[in-house]
Amino acid sequence: MNDNNTTWQGMQFGLMSVSDITRNPITGETPSEAQRIRDAVTIAKHAEEAGLDVFAIGEHHNPPFFSSSPTTLLAAIAAQTERLLVSTSTTLITTNDPVKIAEDYAMLQHVSEGRMDLMMGRGNTGPVYPWFGKDIRQGLPLAIENYQLLHRLWREDVVDFEGKFRTALNGFTSTPRPLDDVAPFVWHGSIRTPEIAEQAAYYGDGFFANNIFWPKEHYQRLINLYRQRYAHYGHGAPEQAIVGLGGQAFMAKKSQDAIDQFRPYFNAAPVYGNGPSMEDFTEMTPLTVGSPQQVIDRYAAMRDHFGDYQRQLFLVDHAGLPLKMVLEQIDFLGQDVVPVLRRELQKNRPSNVPDAPTHAALVKAKYGDKEPRQPRPNANRGDNVTGGSPYQDTESSFGSAANK
Amino acid sequence: MTRRIAVVAAGLSDPSSTRMLADKLVQAVFAELDARGIEREARVFELRDVAHDITNNLLTGFAPKDLAEVNEYVANADALIAVTPIFSTSYSGLFKSWLDVLDREAIEGTPVLLGATAGTARHSLAIDYAMRPLFTYLHAEPVSTGVFAASSDWGAEADQVAPLQKRIDRAAGELADRLTGSTGVEKVDPFAPEAYLGGGSSFEDLLTNLPSRG
Repeated sequence: MNDNNTTWQGMQFGLMSVSDITRNPITGETPSEAQRIRDAVTIAKHAEEAGLDVFAIGEHHNPPFFSSSPTTLLAAIAAQTERLLVSTSTTLITTNDPVKIAEDYAMLQHVSEGRMDLMMGRGNTGPVYPWFGKDIRQGLPLAIENYQLLHRLWREDVVDFEGKFRTALNGFTSTPRPLDDVAPFVWHGSIRTPEIAEQAAYYGDGFFANNIFWPKEHYQRLINLYRQRYAHYGHGAPEQAIVGLGGQAFMAKKSQDAIDQFRPYFNAAPVYGNGPSMEDFTEMTPLTVGSPQQVIDRYAAMRDHFGDYQRQLFLVDHAGLPLKMVLEQIDFLGQDVVPVLRRELQKNRPSNVPDAPTHAALVKAKYGDKEPRQPRPNANRGDNVTGGSPYQDTESSFGSAANK
Repeated sequence: MTRRIAVVAAGLSDPSSTRMLADKLVQAVFAELDARGIEREARVFELRDVAHDITNNLLTGFAPKDLAEVNEYVANADALIAVTPIFSTSYSGLFKSWLDVLDREAIEGTPVLLGATAGTARHSLAIDYAMRPLFTYLHAEPVSTGVFAASSDWGAEADQVAPLQKRIDRAAGELADRLTGSTGVEKVDPFAPEAYLGGGSSFEDLLTNLPSRG
């Protein structure tokens, strides 16, 4: 691998997994949950070994998916890797308590030493809402209010909050405080909702389009909107907005081998099986089945449609593909595809386009050369409720609760 | 300004009596518009040509190119003429599947002329108990006269009291009236901030106007 490639901070490449446990249509076998969870860790570790930057996992609360507890899995992966950034695709901002998200992901941020970020999403499984006591018709208002609270919980030591959907908070401190007192970077994932693009733009957060299963034109208008609104809210020029894309590929050295190998998995896949032919689907959507060069050509051209962007994730471990084939796909990405994409996408990239977000960069942006804040709590006197800050470095003797 | 009329026929055979009825309806609407001095154009789509696309859209969630072209024309049209065969006392499954994959807002406010065909006139009320509620649900605006053609309407056994052509002309006149004086349906771009911000100008309007707990 070329060292120049891995030092370029402009873009991050990696994997996104849905966490589906799907029957292998060739052997007829369905992996056990235990097997698939072990495989997910193997896949993530292999991604790092192959030179990829990111591993992201989805969140689901029903079979045939295993990822109900993403931070637990991601913490295990972070503990077994050195460099890999762990993330989500997505974290349910609608049905999770934003307080628990704040706590869990701040904890993940600490144990991974900043090698994490997360992506907000609303989920696509209707019954999850009632299972968690929510109304799916309120999905968008939930996403808006919950994220507003989450955003504050990571930035304010003591939060008073009263909203429409959650028990009020008075003098609440989300612990631990984020690593170096810098909130994790947040992406907002959406495939059709302009309000979510607007939300990402408003906060100056990242926007991610999964860019799989549908024609790329669907995502183009959302990303264009996000870029324009990012500028509207004064975060920078449209081309300085932080954009991530998904993608989907299956490769073999020879194009025809890839087609032959992938077709049985394609034909039986829950998402598109029994629908369009693989040929039609690969033409209409970003799924590319062929040689590494075909994948390079398809994905090097993405920036022509979406602008220069910061993160490219691929879906490779789904539809019942056995672990061995998934690891081979990661090798193709690491050896053949990503090094070329890094080289190609560096070319003609305007100098004002920001690098991909990292914890180190966020710390630098907040503190410059100064030491980051390291909050140390006072002895437990319930200060945050009775008036004082719960942290030693905060002088104020009047917490927000006292101002009421 | 040229009025654009989308014609959608859900007949399955080729040629089909459903297509024949659609053609007669569009000719009559043209005649009415011509008499009013209104420029017009129309495109006729047969769902049979995009039947696989409709199924694929149901399975994948997006419209393949040919179907997307149909749907785009329909969404931008000033009026819709929708004609389906009546199967098992209702619109055909293909017709409903098409409407199921059409964007929910696509025909909001669009004047619609409803037409249906079947073997006997005993199914003629299907326009009013099946088709009309569907279009009302979609916030389209069906004109009051729907045109039903039974097999007999095409031959010697046709209804002599209220002949097919008379019913067609009446419906065509109603649709033409809707298109007269109207400046066309104003389509809202769902990706325009003023649309999704509910008239506000900032995301803060969404934050402060959250609906109460459902």
